[in-house]
Amino acid sequence: MSKTSKLFRSFITTYLPVIFICVLTLFPFYWMVLTAFKENRELNDTVMNPFIFNMPPTWEHFDFLFVKTKYATWIVNTLLVSIISTTVSVLVSIMAGYSLGRLRFRGANWLGWAIFVTYLVPPTLLFIPLTEVVSKIDLPLNIWKGDLTPQPILNSIWSLILVYPTFLVPFGTWLLIGYFKGIPRELEESALVDGATRIQAMTKIIVPLALPGLLSVAIFAFTLSWNEFIYALVFISDVETKTVPVGVISELIRGDVFFWGELMAGALLGSVPVAIIYSFFVDYFVSGLTAGAVKG
Amino acid sequence: MTKRDRMPRNRISEFFDREDVLGYTLLIPVAILLGIFVGYPFIYGVWLALTDTRIADSTSGNFVGLENFERLLFRDSIFIQALKNSFVYTAVTTVFKFVLGLLMAAVLNLKFRGNRYVRSATLLPWIIPTVLSTLAWRWMFDGSFSVFNWMLRQVGIVGPSWLGSWPWPFISIMIVNIWRGMPFFGVSFLAGMQTISQELYEAAMIDGSTAWQRFWYITLPLLRPVITVVLLLSTILTFADFQIVYALTGGGPANQTHLLATYSYQIGLRGLEIGVGAAISLFLFPVLAIIVFLTLLSLRRDD
Repeated sequence: MSKTSKLFRSFITTYLPVIFICVLTLFPFYWMVLTAFKENRELNDTVMNPFIFNMPPTWEHFDFLFVKTKYATWIVNTLLVSIISTTVSVLVSIMAGYSLGRLRFRGANWLGWAIFVTYLVPPTLLFIPLTEVVSKIDLPLNIWKGDLTPQPILNSIWSLILVYPTFLVPFGTWLLIGYFKGIPRELEESALVDGATRIQAMTKIIVPLALPGLLSVAIFAFTLSWNEFIYALVFISDVETKTVPVGVISELIRGDVFFWGELMAGALLGSVPVAIIYSFFVDYFVSGLTAGAVKG
Repeated sequence: MTKRDRMPRNRISEFFDREDVLGYTLLIPVAILLGIFVGYPFIYGVWLALTDTRIADSTSGNFVGLENFERLLFRDSIFIQALKNSFVYTAVTTVFKFVLGLLMAAVLNLKFRGNRYVRSATLLPWIIPTVLSTLAWRWMFDGSFSVFNWMLRQVGIVGPSWLGSWPWPFISIMIVNIWRGMPFFGVSFLAGMQTISQELYEAAMIDGSTAWQRFWYITLPLLRPVITVVLLLSTILTFADFQIVYALTGGGPANQTHLLATYSYQIGLRGLEIGVGAAISLFLFPVLAIIVFLTLLSLRRDD
């Protein structure tokens, strides 16, 4: 008897709140999945129980995405933008983080705070003047085809690749300063005594030791790039060049007509890549997320 | 030959062995990046806000002083509404995110089976592209097919028109913001709670404290640094929010649910009045500056 009452107690005090929190946070995703696989006839019915499949699930909304829209192209664009801007940002952050975290020179402390301040600047403060700046930049975009003529980067994915590091690098630098500071100085000094140059000590000893930090930065940067919205919305107007979030909202809503099945299928597919990466690297992600807050 | 080759290289690497030289050199990329795409646009934005610049209009771009600000503050009721909305939106959602985040952290800190998976899963609203999850909410708030109203109908209640008439659309965007931001609060607080030594709680329990007392006198004070940083970061992100409003109401109906950022987009880029648009987004700056100042202050004190 005491055993059942104990079980009941732990159900009330632990499992009930846990279930409540899970429903609260995950219900919209359940709804997304359900809608993505429901036939239009079922979606347009107000009487049937909407929580279950009353008709057999269908792939028709996904077919529509790949046959009637540029969804596949948007995925490729988003991948390219996210991978390249993440790579660039990690490299720049390593350099800045190493410099500010390990080297002693005049102004280092002050410059570190300056970078932290840019981390706090929200994109919506700058997007209008930034659009003007980006619209004036021409670069040889077809350089791999041997074409050196400069072309406007506005409306090409290069505008995003150039601009995304501006919000990825301050975060990455800030996180890596902490990591680099945590590595004992003796490691570097003994390498220097052994005749290594400072650059060798940095690339061969210190940077490899900060690998968990680099992973955190990379995963965070990839997710932020994949999710970025306002710059992609403002810089890109060509259907072929859009990223997933912008493509879904601007091409699948036509005036007042909402293709809910297609919209939810597009939202679901656009969420899967970040969800997968996140599920593999949860710990790195959480340590990146809470680094600013917990370490201070 | 080889000797001559080596000499300058050694001198270069010796040069870079100096901490200050290497230090400044490694900062060149970040300086260029932030200079071109953050520093310069900020100054340029202030200039734009003082002009009558319009997109695709070569006769525009004249200096007009504070005219844009005067127009916004005294002759634009939509702007005043957007400004008010931004403050209310930030204040209300932050209170809810804080309280719910604390509860969430307390629950996730309990011992139960599958704890790890639940913790990871509850962060999903923060990970998934905001615009895409907001579209799911838009569908759940739909005028005819809202699942919430379907449930209410089963118990004989006529649900509100979520995205229809004031104040429901504004309440709806706040609900989505709370849903999306709560996990960030919860997971940060949880990380903070896990750094608190278990011995403190054991000692307090021996002294006969209640659970509430332990929360109030141990957990909360020791979480203070985490709470400060999370609140400040969240305030900035919420005050400057764009995506949720854009995807849920587009600022409507009748321009009632704009925030500063969405109204700035509507006037500056949709309406082509880029000078006025820049002026609107500059209203984010004073609040941002205060928060940045407070953040730096709290981080320095903790150092």
